[in-house]
Amino acid sequence: MTTALHPSVDEVWHWLSEVPDPEIPVISLTDLGIIRDVGWQDDTLVVTVTPTYSGCPATTVINLDIERALAEKGLGKVRLQRQLSPAWTTDWISVEGREKLRAYGIAPPIDGTAADGVLLKRIDRLSGRSNLAIACPRCGSANTEKISQFGSTPCKASYRCTDCLEPFDYFKCI
Amino acid sequence: MATATLEPAVDPAALFEFLARIGDNALILGHRVSEWCGHAPALEEDIALANTALDLIGQTQLWLGLAGEVEGKGRSADDLAYLRDGFEFRNILMVERPNGDFGKTLMRQFLYDAWHYLLLKSLKGSTDRRIAEIAEKAFKEVSYHLDRSRDLVIRLGDGTAESHRRMQEALDDLWPYTGEMFVADAVDTRLAEAGVIPEPQSLKAGWDEIVADALAEGTLKKPADGYMHKGGRRGVHTEHLGFVLTELQFLQRGYPGAVW
Repeated sequence: MTTALHPSVDEVWHWLSEVPDPEIPVISLTDLGIIRDVGWQDDTLVVTVTPTYSGCPATTVINLDIERALAEKGLGKVRLQRQLSPAWTTDWISVEGREKLRAYGIAPPIDGTAADGVLLKRIDRLSGRSNLAIACPRCGSANTEKISQFGSTPCKASYRCTDCLEPFDYFKCI
Repeated sequence: MATATLEPAVDPAALFEFLARIGDNALILGHRVSEWCGHAPALEEDIALANTALDLIGQTQLWLGLAGEVEGKGRSADDLAYLRDGFEFRNILMVERPNGDFGKTLMRQFLYDAWHYLLLKSLKGSTDRRIAEIAEKAFKEVSYHLDRSRDLVIRLGDGTAESHRRMQEALDDLWPYTGEMFVADAVDTRLAEAGVIPEPQSLKAGWDEIVADALAEGTLKKPADGYMHKGGRRGVHTEHLGFVLTELQFLQRGYPGAVW
């Protein structure tokens, strides 16, 4: 065997920033904010990953993609560690990631709007407090309406622009 | 390790029992809801139901995974889901009820979500850090479920004459299955004393409030508390669970060890 390759943690982070999300390939795993830590334990690289939505089928694929990407860089001893807490939130999606989502046609999440279990009272709902101004990724209009809280993958909700009529995905905020 | 665990000194058998209960609730309800896939009245609802089921199955993997770990016999979440018989399941009877119509499925979801939400909210403060971490994750998803199921119960309750009638029938039919969420046995008491879980009864007032608010807004009449069905939490089920398991477990029973 050749001597163990021991790249810096920064370099590994850079490599991981090139691994695309399997569901939304325009953003990377680091854009998504799911890589929580990278570190060496002796000659083993430990990558700590947090799941997005607990039932997301992409989770397994993501782990395989990380292993494959690092193997391609010559890293054989890699251990993936799952970390549940603090729980992932859409607020962790990077600024660049949000721009890439918008350009791809998915309205990026609005920070601090995750379902936090605060049940809106009738008066607040009737006054529209729960209706966010989500801009249409096609024409930029804020005249949009929710079609469904859920969408084509576990990370999306369905919206529609009432100006240009474009139906679009909004990132499901948790 | 970042995932180091803080394990309170409690009887592992009691802990396993609790984890099987919360995991089986998620598994059986997740399976029931998934039965709608391809059959819902509108595409958006079909997608919403499938996503809700997916969240619940994801949570099942976390809960039953931990159950297997606590048990220490090398059983995985899959082993527990696919290779236990009906009497070993610990879900409440309400989640094994057949789906009925769309309204009934939603009413069951709402009654369950309101409870699940309060339970997880409390479990976020569990003295067992492994449980607290899963609860923190699941709570976000369940808050989202409750937003939707509550909204739809209100809209269908306060909708057309037919939707109102169906929602009231669903409520009357399901009400006798709600009591089981709040009964305690020795397992609950022991774990509650150690701060691992809340006393089931302590969730009742909050649940009553969420439910009463939504029913009032949806012009639905809360049924009187009468006889309450129970048994699922100790493995005594209705015949419906057997049919669920027949479908759920067929592959592993018919082709033991089959992998994807």
